[in-house]
Amino acid sequence: MAKTEKNILSIANLSIGYGNKSVANNIDFDLEAGMLCGVVGINGIGKSTLLRTLGRFQPKLGGAISLNGQSLEKYGSNALSKVLSVVLTEQPASKNLTVQELIALGRQPYTNWLGTLTQTDKQQIEASLDAFLLNELRNSKCHELSDGQLQRVLVARAMAQDTSLILLDEPTTHLDLYHKVQILKMLQRLAHERQKTILFTTHEIDLAIQLCDRILILDGKEHPFGDPCELIEQKHFDRLFPSEMVQFDAKTGSFKVSK
Amino acid sequence: MLASRTYRLSFVLLVLALLCSLLLNISSGSVSIPFSDVLSLLGGTTPEIASWGYIVWEYRVPKAFTSIFVGAGLSLSGLLMQTLFRNPLAGPFVLGISSGASLGAALLLMGTSLLAGYTAFGFLGDVTLAIAASIGSFLVLLVVMVVAQRVKDTMALLIIGLMFGSITSAIVSVLAYFSSAENLQRFIFWSFGSVGNLSINQLLLLGGIVLLGVLLSITSIKSLNAFLLGEHYAQSLGVSLKKSRLIIIIATGVLAGGITAFAGPIAFVGLAVPHLTRQIFDTMEHKVLIPAVMLYGAILMLLCDTLAQLPNSASVLPINAITSLVGAPVVIWLLVRKRKMMF
Repeated sequence: MAKTEKNILSIANLSIGYGNKSVANNIDFDLEAGMLCGVVGINGIGKSTLLRTLGRFQPKLGGAISLNGQSLEKYGSNALSKVLSVVLTEQPASKNLTVQELIALGRQPYTNWLGTLTQTDKQQIEASLDAFLLNELRNSKCHELSDGQLQRVLVARAMAQDTSLILLDEPTTHLDLYHKVQILKMLQRLAHERQKTILFTTHEIDLAIQLCDRILILDGKEHPFGDPCELIEQKHFDRLFPSEMVQFDAKTGSFKVSK
Repeated sequence: MLASRTYRLSFVLLVLALLCSLLLNISSGSVSIPFSDVLSLLGGTTPEIASWGYIVWEYRVPKAFTSIFVGAGLSLSGLLMQTLFRNPLAGPFVLGISSGASLGAALLLMGTSLLAGYTAFGFLGDVTLAIAASIGSFLVLLVVMVVAQRVKDTMALLIIGLMFGSITSAIVSVLAYFSSAENLQRFIFWSFGSVGNLSINQLLLLGGIVLLGVLLSITSIKSLNAFLLGEHYAQSLGVSLKKSRLIIIIATGVLAGGITAFAGPIAFVGLAVPHLTRQIFDTMEHKVLIPAVMLYGAILMLLCDTLAQLPNSASVLPINAITSLVGAPVVIWLLVRKRKMMF
């Protein structure tokens, strides 16, 4: 794929894994500003490993990752925190934080050594509270929130960090359908309205097909990447799961249990 | 972090409470001195009875300041550990840090005399004792930290901390068995805990140690706040994990170790005070919590010492017993009331 100026994230020939054991090889894709991209694939195929590698929580095994035109490894830790934010599956360590306090922590890369918030910081926090409908919950403690509310808070924190790339690991797990759609639509708006590049792993393939601009399928071999409709036409989803169990219905863009 | 409200009033009240407990502490003791005389003494006038001046200035005032340093420092080390280990039950005593300090002190007080007949206990001896206890607590802290990296389960971590406590106290017992009666007595008295009998030099040294711990904590405020989200999140916020973790560990080791060296192993202050503080200061912002737990700890320690003094009697109870009698019920009460302890 051609490297253009517009690319926020460029992945070339990436190998990921732990130590000597590679989990997935030859991953190639580029993401531009304002794109929402879902990563799908069966359990254990390396979705989380990919995210952890892109978030620099573990080293890559080979290939190149470039973020805003600069190699990921070259970023200093504070410089990286200004261009890349994450939402992880792990819960915040302290649930005694209020919503506002937790979101404010997203401003840490920009604050002074004491963490004093400037006017800009406060505006960002307010914008994040507004965008994720958290105004009324701002003084609630995190342990008082439902799963869906807490997930919104964590994404709002990432938005407050104001980075060009946001990585999310399974942001829709443990949520009911309504809240799954809610959080994904909010992510879509964040990407399109504020020109953020958002990459998330998910098992909600039918929702990802409807909402994402791009989808990366981790299948252990080719790792197809592209527009959801093109991927459907090229029958890439058909091969995702063993066909004797589930089959992909191209008309509805969803999976059916094989009779 | 954004403090949703300021805590100026609470801080003013705490400072007033600190001054009151300081006066209460200084005016009570084995020799009954009328309160008005204590006040005028502190104001600089010559007392009716000459020995009163000596008692207040040479004994009670240094003791009160030792209590303040000990209470403030131990509470701060408890707060640091609860954030670092992401565990509401962490504290210098629970995780075996105090036992480590005991081990360091025991090795110095009893061990070296076995080997070399070491008896030089001047100012240099105090420094050595402080260093030995700090190294002991620091080593245990490092081991606990390494284990904490591997064991994600906080319950397991606490049990391991308790086991380290058992191991160190076993080594202390072995040392005690082979030690001379004189050295053993010195160690036993040390282990009761005491905030009295510190010379001005010792007090200055203790103050310096606490100041160092406080300064290190203040430089870590931002990373401490980030650690509230967990280590991965902290890393993604630009916190250098290794560096900030090391600074926090050194601060904790210096505080818990140095204080334990001078005042003996004092239980429960480090564990209970951060939780008591959060009853008033409903925030997780360390910028607020660090001064708050220090004030709270100082007040609690002054009051415990006043109790230990048994007004108008010559007996002084071991301060360690008093803090346990006050601290343990507090922890139980918090657990029962809130069902779940949170940090």
